Amino acid sequence: MEEPFVKTEIRKDENIVYKRTDLLVDRPLSYCPGCGHGVVHRMLMETLEEMDIQDKTIGVSPVGCSVLAYDFMNIDMLGAAHGRAPALATAIKRLWPNKFVFTYQGDGDLAAIGTAETIHACNRGENFTIIFINNGIYGMTGGQMAPTTLPGMRSSTSPYGRDVQTMGHPLKITELIANLPGVYYVTRQAVHTPSHVRKTKKAIRKAFEQQKENKGIAFIEVVSNCNSGWKMTPVQSNKWMEENMFPFYPLGDIKLDGKLIQKSEIAK
Amino acid sequence: MTEEIIIAGFGGQGVLSMGKILAYSGVMQNKEVSWMPSYGPEMRGGTANVTVILSDERISSPILNSFDTAIILNQQSLDKFEKAVKPGGLLIYDPNGITKLPSRKDINIYSIAAADEAGKLGLSKIFNMIVLGGFLKLKPLVQPEFIHKGLEKSLPARHHKLIPDNEKAIEIGKGLIQAVQVLN
Amino acid sequence: MGELRLMKGNEAVAEAAIRAGCDGYFGYPITPQSEVMEYLMAEKPHERTGMVVLQAESETASINMLYGAAGTGKMVMTSSSSPGISLMQEGISYMAGAELPAVIVNVVRGGPGLGTIQPSQADYFQAVKGGGHGDYKLVVLAPASVQEMCDHVKLGFDLAFKYRNPVMILSDGAIGQMMEKVVLFDPIPRRSEEDLIKQNPWAATGKPKSREHIIITSLDLDPAGQERVNLKLQAKYKKIEENEILYETLGCEDAEFIFVAFGLSARICQKSMDLARAKGIKIGLFRPITLFPFPVKAIHDLGKKVKGMLVVEMNAGQMIEDVKLSVGCSIKIEHYGRFGGIIPTPDEVVKALETQIIGG
Ligand SMILES: Cc1ncc(C[n+]2csc(CCOP(=O)(O)OP(=O)(O)O)c2C)c(N)n1
Ligand code: SF4
Ligand SMILES: [Mg+2]
Repeated sequence: MEEPFVKTEIRKDENIVYKRTDLLVDRPLSYCPGCGHGVVHRMLMETLEEMDIQDKTIGVSPVGCSVLAYDFMNIDMLGAAHGRAPALATAIKRLWPNKFVFTYQGDGDLAAIGTAETIHACNRGENFTIIFINNGIYGMTGGQMAPTTLPGMRSSTSPYGRDVQTMGHPLKITELIANLPGVYYVTRQAVHTPSHVRKTKKAIRKAFEQQKENKGIAFIEVVSNCNSGWKMTPVQSNKWMEENMFPFYPLGDIKLDGKLIQKSEIAK
Repeated sequence: MTEEIIIAGFGGQGVLSMGKILAYSGVMQNKEVSWMPSYGPEMRGGTANVTVILSDERISSPILNSFDTAIILNQQSLDKFEKAVKPGGLLIYDPNGITKLPSRKDINIYSIAAADEAGKLGLSKIFNMIVLGGFLKLKPLVQPEFIHKGLEKSLPARHHKLIPDNEKAIEIGKGLIQAVQVLN
Repeated sequence: MGELRLMKGNEAVAEAAIRAGCDGYFGYPITPQSEVMEYLMAEKPHERTGMVVLQAESETASINMLYGAAGTGKMVMTSSSSPGISLMQEGISYMAGAELPAVIVNVVRGGPGLGTIQPSQADYFQAVKGGGHGDYKLVVLAPASVQEMCDHVKLGFDLAFKYRNPVMILSDGAIGQMMEKVVLFDPIPRRSEEDLIKQNPWAATGKPKSREHIIITSLDLDPAGQERVNLKLQAKYKKIEENEILYETLGCEDAEFIFVAFGLSARICQKSMDLARAKGIKIGLFRPITLFPFPVKAIHDLGKKVKGMLVVEMNAGQMIEDVKLSVGCSIKIEHYGRFGGIIPTPDEVVKALETQIIGG
């Protein structure tokens, strides 16, 4: 047998500068290459590792492309019915107040079928964290229109582009939620460049730190790509996201320490 | 006459559309047809296959575990479907990417270097039609005039200008297919 | 002859709805039936016939949109797959209680729960025995081909309005996803508002001075009143049982054994029949097309002539209960099934026949 190509001698502990966190299960992700879901998984798991709360965390996965999040996150998790994750999380956190609890949800899950559960959990001021992946489409089911699909944007159920007259307007659910008194921290981030990834991770950390203080919901929206559903290459999809999604869903903090931030600041 | 066919390869190789054109041509020739695809997330960049049945009678099960013909476009599909060909049946494969050749002696095996040929001719989009041509050479189940109609019906109007290219590819395929002898 | 097309079952449902003169479709994406709404959106039925198509925020919303529209006499349809149909059960019960006509298509996938997206017939009980609360029945049609997916939409609307009752088309992922030859029926124009009001005097269409106001509800707080409602429903279901049974038999004339199967399973059994007959086994196929009303008498009569029946279903044994109730205990009746999205192969069905019925 030939020697494997990897030169084993450089793989010494002192040379390692970056590695997969053990909180991510060592198996291939089911996401399309280029999809943002995997990056967010990693930031979330790195945060739990750094806070050393693997054993104190219970997660709830949605129905959507991230339905299998429980296969990748090496923590205890429950798979919810489509849209119902905030209801599960409410009960889990109420009965296990010393645990860290989060939901991980897509835009169809959180802002269409699960709107009632989302709004009411937020309005009750439950003490868990919501990670909301907004890719403007139903990725899992093959690219149908989502509540967050932009005006004019094509999808398999808006093949001529979203017509807001008949299909409704994109729902800025994050802004809606920020207005609820039970919500303590709301931010909108992205993961398509290293600096955005770092900011997202900081936001996740902040959210989990605040859970310790029982301040209410921390809500992190990540505007993400769905290169498959948008029918683009990963690179094209990130560019398209910057040019089209960000103007409509501006990045930045929306509510900090229970206080809404001025609109003009959000737009920055 | 009933012909039970499996077409299998990677998603993106035009497996499903080849089956659809064959099936639609059958409809135009007044045959009974069924077209049953694999579906679901496993199709994300993975394998795709479709069962096509053409018959003069009402078709019973659209889902089968043995076939008169297997048209195979990648190694995984060859591994999976070679054994599903009925004794005396037909196996057609494109050697591109095939490392482990078929070995059964009780079936008729043909190879068609369609991917290579399509690459040379700059017709890679209709490589599947070359393969279809090879199949039709061996089993002329549908006549060219009905294939023409099948193409018209299965391609959206904006692609109708490509029909001559598709027909040309079918003709190329007819000349390209070769019998394969399985050696001991 | 109508227009000839090669279509997916899901597409045939959508095209048939437009051609049947359907006024509105409300739905929510779910595999393996999303092509119904995708086809409708691409076809722009609003331009073709004035039909409204709306993507709702959930199946709960879809079914209640149906309730609203059906209560005004409009011809409306929704489609979904198992988890979505489960969410609709509340609304379906309300519609049955309020006696509202509508067509509900279930392209069944494997359960329970989120299950799988592959074909299944495990929603038979839910469809036939009333998945929601209360004593109610849906008319349940079980298409076995793309042609029937098309035809049952029209038939479904006819029955829904004839009896003022929701109709369910119980299909499965394979029939939804596969393409077959379809002869499409000629388009029927949508009803005018005047015709709708004339034909459906019970509908809430706006009160003229000349009549009492109309209330669409499933509520009667007075138990005596609610019992009357139930008796009326039961009388209606009886009438449906007397008049609307549909089934198909194949090779039953000389048969010693019978496969009983609906939908896709019946197609598989048809192949198994060929294989078994080639071995000299005299086997026939009985295929219920209406699951409610169930062809009780026809199966009962067949049971007197044969030695045994194998009920083949893609579930753990649901329709077999109705087959046994129909036949009684005189002959051997066994179930063969695969579940969770696995489709039985024709060979294994023959083997089950040989071991469970003939040899057993
Ligand atoms: C009750 C019910 N209805 C519909 C579905 C089908 N379904 C699965 S995932 C999904 C949408 C997912 O979209 P999103 O939440 O945006 O997640 P993404 O895949 O884009 O990450 C739908 C409609 C389901 N599983 N259950
Ligand atoms: S379909 Fe879209 S959201 Fe789903 S994994 Fe692929 S790129 Fe990501
Ligand atoms: Mg999404």
